[in-house]
Amino acid sequence: MAEHGQESASYAAAGDLEEMELVHPRTFIGKYIWSQDAKVIAIQYGLTAMAIGLVALVLSILMRLQLGFPGVFSLIDPSSYLQYVSMHGMIMVVYLLTALFLGGFGNYLIPLMCGTRDMAFPYLNMLSFWFYLVSVLILVAGFFVPGGATGAGWTLYPPQAISPGTPGADGGVLLMFVSLIVFIAGFTMGGLNYIVTVLQARAQGMTLMRLPLTIWGIFMATVMALLAFPALLVAVLMMMCDMLLGTSFFMPEMLTLGEQSAHEGGSPLLFQHLFWFFGHPEVYIVALPAFGIVSDILATHARKNIFGYRMMVWAIIIIGVLSFVVWAHHMFVSGMNPYFGFLFATTTLIIAVPTAIKVYNWVLTLWKGNIHLTVPMLFAIGFIFTFVNGGLSGLFLGNVTVDVPLADTYFVVGHFHMVMAVAPVLVVFGAIYHWYPKITGRMLDDTLGKIHFWVTFLGAYAIFYPMHFLGFAGVPRRYYAYGETGYIADSVQALNAFISVAAIIVALTQLIFFFNLVWSYYRGRESGPNPWQATTLEWQTAHTPPRHGNFGERLPVVYRWAYDYGVPGAKQDYLPQNMPPEEVEAASDDAEADGEVRP
Amino acid sequence: MTISLVFLAVLMLVFGGWLFSHSINVRPWEAQSEATPAEGITNRASHLPLYFTAARVGLVVFLAVVTAVFALTISAYLMRMEMGPDWRPLPTPGLLWLNTASLVLGSVALQRAWAAAKKGNDQVLRRCLMLGGGLTIAFILGQGVVWWQLHDAGYYLAGNPANAFFFLMTALHALHLLGGLVAWGRTLRKVQRGASAVEVRASVELCALYWHFLLLVWAILFALVLST
Repeated sequence: MAEHGQESASYAAAGDLEEMELVHPRTFIGKYIWSQDAKVIAIQYGLTAMAIGLVALVLSILMRLQLGFPGVFSLIDPSSYLQYVSMHGMIMVVYLLTALFLGGFGNYLIPLMCGTRDMAFPYLNMLSFWFYLVSVLILVAGFFVPGGATGAGWTLYPPQAISPGTPGADGGVLLMFVSLIVFIAGFTMGGLNYIVTVLQARAQGMTLMRLPLTIWGIFMATVMALLAFPALLVAVLMMMCDMLLGTSFFMPEMLTLGEQSAHEGGSPLLFQHLFWFFGHPEVYIVALPAFGIVSDILATHARKNIFGYRMMVWAIIIIGVLSFVVWAHHMFVSGMNPYFGFLFATTTLIIAVPTAIKVYNWVLTLWKGNIHLTVPMLFAIGFIFTFVNGGLSGLFLGNVTVDVPLADTYFVVGHFHMVMAVAPVLVVFGAIYHWYPKITGRMLDDTLGKIHFWVTFLGAYAIFYPMHFLGFAGVPRRYYAYGETGYIADSVQALNAFISVAAIIVALTQLIFFFNLVWSYYRGRESGPNPWQATTLEWQTAHTPPRHGNFGERLPVVYRWAYDYGVPGAKQDYLPQNMPPEEVEAASDDAEADGEVRP
Repeated sequence: MTISLVFLAVLMLVFGGWLFSHSINVRPWEAQSEATPAEGITNRASHLPLYFTAARVGLVVFLAVVTAVFALTISAYLMRMEMGPDWRPLPTPGLLWLNTASLVLGSVALQRAWAAAKKGNDQVLRRCLMLGGGLTIAFILGQGVVWWQLHDAGYYLAGNPANAFFFLMTALHALHLLGGLVAWGRTLRKVQRGASAVEVRASVELCALYWHFLLLVWAILFALVLST
């Protein structure tokens, strides 16, 4: 009896979810500006992230102009070059990739893929976007204050970040701090939503092990971000105290511009520990959603179930946990106990194991699959290549003895751009090509997409492969110009010019992508509800694009995992997650009957 | 960073263990056998137990984030203590004990408010809710007086890392309490406008849990300051 009561109560709980009160806005502003609908918030996040990403792209081109053709462009002086470097890094890592993967794709896909009407706390979700927008505006304001934006590097290392002489040490860096604090506050609101929604609001029958890997990736990345961003928050707060209140958390006693500073005894190393305690997980906060999305794109477009689903889930979790104990490999040259370095080198190399498992599983998913080389698939396969290439150079850098000579050279720049810039960005593009039909109801243009892919993919290699050679040649990173050095060969300049030309071509190609986004919105081919014949719930909505409340009258009920592709005997070659077993049987009976009729 | 790592390890162990229990022996790729087609639908075993409502889970996740903030601050405290030779511990004003007592009482009052809300006792709920908030405001004001006393005695914020950490940690803690007071204020307003105990029960419960948590954080911070 008691058990019966419990059971019916759990249905009542499910019933509660079904009758979750949605805010029904009537005005344009209520629908699209102050919206509490996760899908609209997702698009707001996405557009804001892409806009600020374009700023970062322009900054990178400015850097390349200086490096490829030093002295030709007089508007780029040493301090503005440093500002470009810093802002490009911070924008790309935090304000573009983190916001786009978690705020953009997270908001759009979590409610749809889990089969619920909206996030658990829609109001908080809305607030999360507005905090994000404010943080972006504060960040951009940094360019316009006296002294300009900060030039301290995206790592914001003290003491130089807040010492006179560093670009932006007066106001720019302060705006960066404030912007980060606002971003973290906003992200925490969003992150609470993502986690609680995945844990609480899944459709009936959607057990944890039936979740698409996209959701697993976003979920684990959110868990990590919620635990890692506090480290950045604490570090930034303490540095603000050092800057404004004269404390000495991080600031050592030193002479700046011939004057004794007011600080004493602070430890810059302490900041590095805190920063990288955030900074390294951040790499995987960006990578894990990419891992998840790639898994789903590969399975869908190769018409094959993902190889080793459980292993994939566990690899995501193990990577997430391990990424919290490798941070000091960013500090090998900052000076540390050799045993400490050995420990962190070991953990760093261990993280290659679950990562390699994922790569093998992706390749094995493709093995004997019915591969459709659609644009999303091209990007997903491009990701595998790029991620492996970037990951392998990570094995070099993870070893202390190899890292020491290569630290602060272009080898590092090449490595991290391959593994955590190009690779996730390829996934961003693939995901946009994949889900654009659901978001707008129209397909993106295929030819333009393929041009976009090939130029971006090959161009990225033209840009970042040569940087590994520059690193071996000992070319230091972050330098405005190399001046008179004995050891940098003249050919380095030729290579730099080549890289710059490639970078400009790739950057211009992105205009094709943006043109495609806008053009297809009005003129693209109608996609229908499920153009890729995918199994996951977002493709089974009653309307495309999904309306407010996502699903029609009734929420979907889930009967199977997300990877029933290439099912023998099925009428179509896939089984949507919400197709009842009776229908499957009926369909396969029909298919059998067809088979008998045929000679 | 040991403190932060221990916290993370515990968190990840719980999380991993929970996940493990739900993923081991689960074969999502196997088709549902025909005999039990309904099992996949009715089996809500991998969903959280009923006790975990969305709001409660949300609070727990938020508390994990706040714990990360304080664990990292404490880590930084311990590391900075080792790193510079300039660390001079500051005295602990007696007022801190009084403040601690008022925060404990505030927590107790909110616990009683929660119990009253469960029983539907509107009178006790209102009185305890107001008492809890009042004691918390007293705590925050008391912390302000402690700051003023220390400042008066020459223990300036910028004077010494020990001072700086004391001010930083108490400020962070007080800010979190202020955030809690916003939620408390909204609940109290509902009660004042005649909402019944049943209606505000969930909010009172969240407040009480948050207060207990912040009391625990304060106890740890206070112990840290006393012992170093």
